Amino acid sequence: MKKWACFVGLILALSLGVISAGAMAEGLRSLRGTEAVKGDVPSENYRYERDKTAQQRQFVQQPPVIPHTTKGYLISKEFNKCLDCHSWDRAADSGAPRVSVTHFKTREGKELTNMSPRRYFCTQCHVPQTDAKPLVGNKFKPADGLVK
Amino acid sequence: MINWAKTKWSQIRAVRLGFWGLVGMFALGIIFWGGFNTALEMTNTEKFCLSCHEMADNVFPEYQETVHYTNRSGVRATCPDCHVPHEWGPKMIRKIQASKEVWGKLTGSINTREKFLENRGRLAQNEWRRMKANDSQECRNCHNYEYFDYMEQNRRSANAHQKGLSSGMTCIDCHKGIAHHLPNVQQHIGVEEGSAVAPNVMHPARPDASAASSVSDEMAGIE
Repeated sequence: MKKWACFVGLILALSLGVISAGAMAEGLRSLRGTEAVKGDVPSENYRYERDKTAQQRQFVQQPPVIPHTTKGYLISKEFNKCLDCHSWDRAADSGAPRVSVTHFKTREGKELTNMSPRRYFCTQCHVPQTDAKPLVGNKFKPADGLVK
Repeated sequence: MINWAKTKWSQIRAVRLGFWGLVGMFALGIIFWGGFNTALEMTNTEKFCLSCHEMADNVFPEYQETVHYTNRSGVRATCPDCHVPHEWGPKMIRKIQASKEVWGKLTGSINTREKFLENRGRLAQNEWRRMKANDSQECRNCHNYEYFDYMEQNRRSANAHQKGLSSGMTCIDCHKGIAHHLPNVQQHIGVEEGSAVAPNVMHPARPDASAASSVSDEMAGIE
């Protein structure tokens, strides 16, 4: 009896899975379409925006966006171009905002005197802006209390 | 009478000899000078630089990603435009110094990627020192800051240029690594490497710090 119930349950679960997968394929479409990926879609000719003043955050914990071009700025094992202006010992001379002190903490919570290596790759979170239009229509509004 | 004619004749011959000698020397001079110049100009081409794999495999691919190689208007600089002085005297001096580079090529001082990377810091600093000494002459052969249009420049460059130039800085003081990747520069992040370029080499002190601060400080600020 128990075995039988298990079997029925399995059949039910499988059929439900198939049905829901089918429904998903109908209802959802990815930005790439339904075709298999054959390589990257060629990008349009986006331009970096011209330098601006610092932009306000749109949601809590948003990594501030980069308000200037970063063309040709390399972040390599040898040298990090971002930190050439934004590190604490360079900021006074360059006039750039200093990196947040939260970036000085290692994964284990130890406070260093400079950037933690785990935060080395700035552009993983901070991105420059281009004149690209949103891919899909949306009703995004910045969070209350952040942007006027 | 005969004697007189003889002496006259030998005089004429001497003059003729002298004349043709001069003409010959002049012609030889042209040939030698032309040959020298042609050979010199031959070594002053990108093709010549790239005939060595040390240049073609290391520094050239990096350069190809930069604005001095590919850009909006298609005006580009070749290796000697930046690395060989254009005036005759300094050019000769640089060319004579370059004989050491021939020796380096023969002994294979940077004939592998590893050797090149090991020496990049030293080589880069040689070039920075040279450009600092001649007030970035090779930059200024094309870029004349007297004709900068600060309205056209992005705000960061407009601010930095005015602040830097008014305090007596030269192009290479800031514009290091614009055409090639930088060597390891000390930024005090993670494990420190002893061979790294010191921060005060990367960013030399302003020669006239007071002039810089007299230019309004908020001009430099983005915040």
